[in-house]
Amino acid sequence: MTKFLAILIDGSIYASWLFLMGLGMTLIYGVMRILNIAHGSLYALGAYTSVSLIGFYYATGTNPPMLGYAMLPLAAIAVGLIAGVLIERGILRFMYGSDEVVMLLVTYSVFLILEDIAKLIWGVDPYFAYQPYGLLGTVEILNLIYPVYDFLLIATSLVCAAFVWWGLNKTRVGKLLIAVIHDREMSMALGINVKIFFMVTFIIGATFGALGGAVTAPKVSVVPGLGVEVIVLAFAVVVIGGLGSIEGAMIGSAIVGIVRAAAVHILPEVELFVIYGVMALVLAFKPSGLFAGPEVRKI
Amino acid sequence: MNIQKDNTFRTLTFGLFIVLVFGFFATDWLRFLVQMSLSTFLVVLGVMLQMRAGLVSFGQGLFYCLGAYIAGMAGYFFGITDVFILILAGMAGSILLSVILGFLMVRFREIFYANFSLALSMILYGLLVKAEILGSTDGFNVPPSTFIGLAPKGDTLKITVFVLTCLIVYIVSVVLNRYLNSTYGYMGDAIRQNEIRVEYLGASVHRVIHRIYVIAAAISGIGGVLTAIAVGHVDPDLAYWTTSGEFVFVALLSGTANVMAPLVGTFLLELLRTYAFEYSPYTWQLILGVTMLMVILFLPNGIWSIGAKRRAGN
Repeated sequence: MTKFLAILIDGSIYASWLFLMGLGMTLIYGVMRILNIAHGSLYALGAYTSVSLIGFYYATGTNPPMLGYAMLPLAAIAVGLIAGVLIERGILRFMYGSDEVVMLLVTYSVFLILEDIAKLIWGVDPYFAYQPYGLLGTVEILNLIYPVYDFLLIATSLVCAAFVWWGLNKTRVGKLLIAVIHDREMSMALGINVKIFFMVTFIIGATFGALGGAVTAPKVSVVPGLGVEVIVLAFAVVVIGGLGSIEGAMIGSAIVGIVRAAAVHILPEVELFVIYGVMALVLAFKPSGLFAGPEVRKI
Repeated sequence: MNIQKDNTFRTLTFGLFIVLVFGFFATDWLRFLVQMSLSTFLVVLGVMLQMRAGLVSFGQGLFYCLGAYIAGMAGYFFGITDVFILILAGMAGSILLSVILGFLMVRFREIFYANFSLALSMILYGLLVKAEILGSTDGFNVPPSTFIGLAPKGDTLKITVFVLTCLIVYIVSVVLNRYLNSTYGYMGDAIRQNEIRVEYLGASVHRVIHRIYVIAAAISGIGGVLTAIAVGHVDPDLAYWTTSGEFVFVALLSGTANVMAPLVGTFLLELLRTYAFEYSPYTWQLILGVTMLMVILFLPNGIWSIGAKRRAGN
């Protein structure tokens, strides 16, 4: 029973982390048809920025400790805005209309570039920002002790999901965006400024990626190469759910989260293997993922 | 129309002699550099072969790693160190796996092909990382090779392995060049251009892609074996997605027009890596990324296309 509960809680925590990563990726793919490998670097940049901001905030010792949490979204928004605009305006917009595979390679090169830019800015030493993690204390559930911060992570993830759902389904802008997703040319013809939508989507997607890094930073030591592993995990989640589908990203992260947690508790040897095993299994039966809509063939 | 005579065979043969002569006089590290680029060149050839059919494999590391591990394990567990057996075993293993996986791969195109190949190679990575008997993340050492009963030592061994690598790469390149200029080879191009048309002309797209996948896997497997022999060590990173990404990088950088194109690309990359590690270890990926962007933007057909354009008189 305890083991089952542990799997469930660990799985949810891991899933919510994965979802934050997958959300931005799937959003960008859905709107722009770009599978963004650079998402991993945005994650790393988010982590680095939040570590720096947190360090800066707590260094004086006079600021109210609880307000330190504001640094996390602040870092994410800063990275999302700056890196997002630079990447989209500086590089991606010259490539629109290329094959999806070419876009994949373009974002791969952006990823390589950003990896080294992070090294140039922050060096190669590890950074720590433990304050937000310890501040909330722990909670005991049936003899299992969990840091409250982890539940904050789940909450963040849910809020982001709700925000995107509300934005897409309940606002005018969201409805326009859905039109762009379904048919880019037609929505252009109807007078929607697709360029602006592309830029804003990329910024929002990048912000989610950076947020993923920002909220993870207090839990780990921030070192170079942080984004390399994240990117394939986010890949797995998004591909399992179906590229471009937000529900898909949710289900995908839930599946991967629970499966990994189960593997860790029951058979630790297969921890890494199961994630990609599940991915390959899903793809073998549904080549475009669980939730991908039917492909419309245009003539 | 002016059809160009194919000089590839002549150039390759000529190149072989140059490289062999060079190998005897070069310093150890330079010879090793050439040898490493020749081994990885085979894997890049595999990636290039698929690229010609419009398929980008982000998981060619799967067969690279498989070949290397087969070579390593044969020596480590069974004491088999004869290079020819190792190469055959690595090739056979890759062919076997790729024939099976090929039935799944043929259903994917474009980024789904990239994703699925990536997932497959990460599965192998995930397995190897947790396999304690194989040294987990550290990998293990490969025993020194023998040649049909002969066991040279020291410098002789290094030279022998070098000559063997050159010869094998030469044979593979010649055969592959012949293949690319055959009907089967051109079928790959046709698939990239228009899949439906290929079906209408009476060829099976699935079978062509399957064949390409298996050939690519076989030569990548050989590349893996040669790398294991050269380095004397294997570890799971060979199957990690960044390794595969590098192969894609080189294939893209070089272009897919000719088997010799990746040869230049691989050597340039190895050289760049060696010097960049030495002089600016923190910016070497930056250099790679910028180069790749420039190539995608300005030379969509790779570096090889510069020479090709000039030869065509444009």
